[in-house]
Amino acid sequence: MKQTSIKARYLVNLAAALLLFALAVVIGMTGGSTMKLKITPSLWQCSYLIIMAASLNLVLGFLGQLSLGHCGFMAVGAYAASLFSLALQRAGFYTEKSGPAFMLVLLLSFLIAGASAALLGLLVGIPALRLKGDYLAIITLGFGMIIVNLINNLPFCGQQGLSQGSASSALYATGLGFSNDEKMQYLWVAALVVILCMTVMFMFVRSKYGRCIRAIRDNEIAAAASGINVSYYKVMTFTISAFFAGITGTLYACCNASLSTTSFAFTNGSILNSVFIVVMVVVGGMGSLTGSVIAAVVLFLLNYTIKNGAWVAALPAFLQNVFTYPMLVYSIALIVVIMFRPRGIMGSREFALCDIPKWPAWISSYFASRGLEKSAKKEAANHG
Amino acid sequence: MLEIKDLNVFYGAIHALKGISLTVGDGELVSLIGANGAGKTTTLHTISGLLRASSGSIVMDGYDLQKVPANTIIGMGLAHVPEGRHVFARMTVEENLRMGAYIIKNQKNISENLEKVYSHFPRLKERRRQLAGTLSGGEQQMLATGRALMTGPRIVLMDEPSMGLSPLLVKEIFAIIEELHKSGITILLVEQNAKMALAVSDRAYVLETGTISMEGRAADLAADDRVRKAYLGA
Repeated sequence: MKQTSIKARYLVNLAAALLLFALAVVIGMTGGSTMKLKITPSLWQCSYLIIMAASLNLVLGFLGQLSLGHCGFMAVGAYAASLFSLALQRAGFYTEKSGPAFMLVLLLSFLIAGASAALLGLLVGIPALRLKGDYLAIITLGFGMIIVNLINNLPFCGQQGLSQGSASSALYATGLGFSNDEKMQYLWVAALVVILCMTVMFMFVRSKYGRCIRAIRDNEIAAAASGINVSYYKVMTFTISAFFAGITGTLYACCNASLSTTSFAFTNGSILNSVFIVVMVVVGGMGSLTGSVIAAVVLFLLNYTIKNGAWVAALPAFLQNVFTYPMLVYSIALIVVIMFRPRGIMGSREFALCDIPKWPAWISSYFASRGLEKSAKKEAANHG
Repeated sequence: MLEIKDLNVFYGAIHALKGISLTVGDGELVSLIGANGAGKTTTLHTISGLLRASSGSIVMDGYDLQKVPANTIIGMGLAHVPEGRHVFARMTVEENLRMGAYIIKNQKNISENLEKVYSHFPRLKERRRQLAGTLSGGEQQMLATGRALMTGPRIVLMDEPSMGLSPLLVKEIFAIIEELHKSGITILLVEQNAKMALAVSDRAYVLETGTISMEGRAADLAADDRVRKAYLGA
């Protein structure tokens, strides 16, 4: 089959990205009330879930290390962005959420959120990545729990501090928190951030560095014997992943009028949960960034329809009872995916617009190979 | 070319290498034979910097390798083919080879070395687009060896290249080792298959529970009664 040239692929991808961006701008200018109340907030949520899943995939899918504290980095990013923007707002640098001054603050918020999470990722990664497998998972799990308590108890962002006398762990008025109108107006910001982050992550995994971290995932000893500085690459990938998780923190701060550390904690049953992000990566396919995007959107839609869908009420009573425990439904969904696609929806393939013409051939070969497997099994059973 | 003096290595409290000394001359093929747990792999890992010795010296071309990090040692012309065919299973054969040239910055050198490796291993060229994990055991061993050659090393440490291979493939692998040796590459070979190793080597050392018990020309050792009884099964 003819291989699409790399130049053509870049052009198609660029066109798709521009289209996506233009769509966001158009929605922002013309959206109606359904768009404002339902779709736009969902798109914002999707934007941070997509980047969360994709950035965790760098560590989990490409580097092959299990990290269970990814939302901790998001919390750090969210609080860093909020404190920064709130401080500038109080200092009178900007009063309303528009104009060049606010745009500058927004841009800096993204960078500061990413940088602070990356710094923390570096500090955690240097000792943690000396450990392997279960131990790394335990350490990162612990990190996710500690960071939430740490933020709660910091004098300037927890229970007193900038929260203006509130007694809860909430940080009132993030300084970025958008109203529904502003969410629509600034939908292009979310689209732009997603496009940029995904592009950079793609470039990273396709680069020489990406090849090195896949080599480390496949075989650490061989990687070391080839002259790769294994611990350097591990910490670097972990830090980059934390950087993007930090950026999602800013998107989160934009979406919400107030921050509370409970939304980043393990105990919350919402879709924003470190373990749930791991589920997204596994469902999408470890080692496939586009798989993470698809899984993030699909699982978000599942979550959304369970919470808001009228169809749940139409189900028989015993099924409705199941749906009052969404986590149960997600687990079932995960099991179903793992049964039929053990390596996730995408495996380690990437979705590419240029490949769509090849799909029929791929799908038929997939079923052909499954058929072969089955007949081989049958034959083995007959012989056995 | 490589000179090891009084090397001591510990795994925690276990004294794995008890003051071994050995030398490998320019262009020599030296083998290190011995039973399981004698310290053969430990010796190679210590030379290439994956393990650190508690005392002793490893000098290559006048440089003390003990002071150099593992990822820099490769750049000094020393390559290590780890035991057990460690390949990057989910990468293609060619990607594997290119990973071997990780430390080389010059693209032209990389493609030259790639051609050289393909000329040593025509089978790898046939399968360059195949995922390494789908290769047979012998082909994976070839790939691991080829990957080590991608840096254009002057000395290669080979760890049990015959492990888990059929007798026919063992012959093939040893033919390749001899060919590499003839092309001027210095080789330090670690083997349990003492018969084959002694047949191709210039000199050999016998390692027993962390100490060198015998050394000499390979042909002399192969004729030695103790070696014949303990390692050659005769």
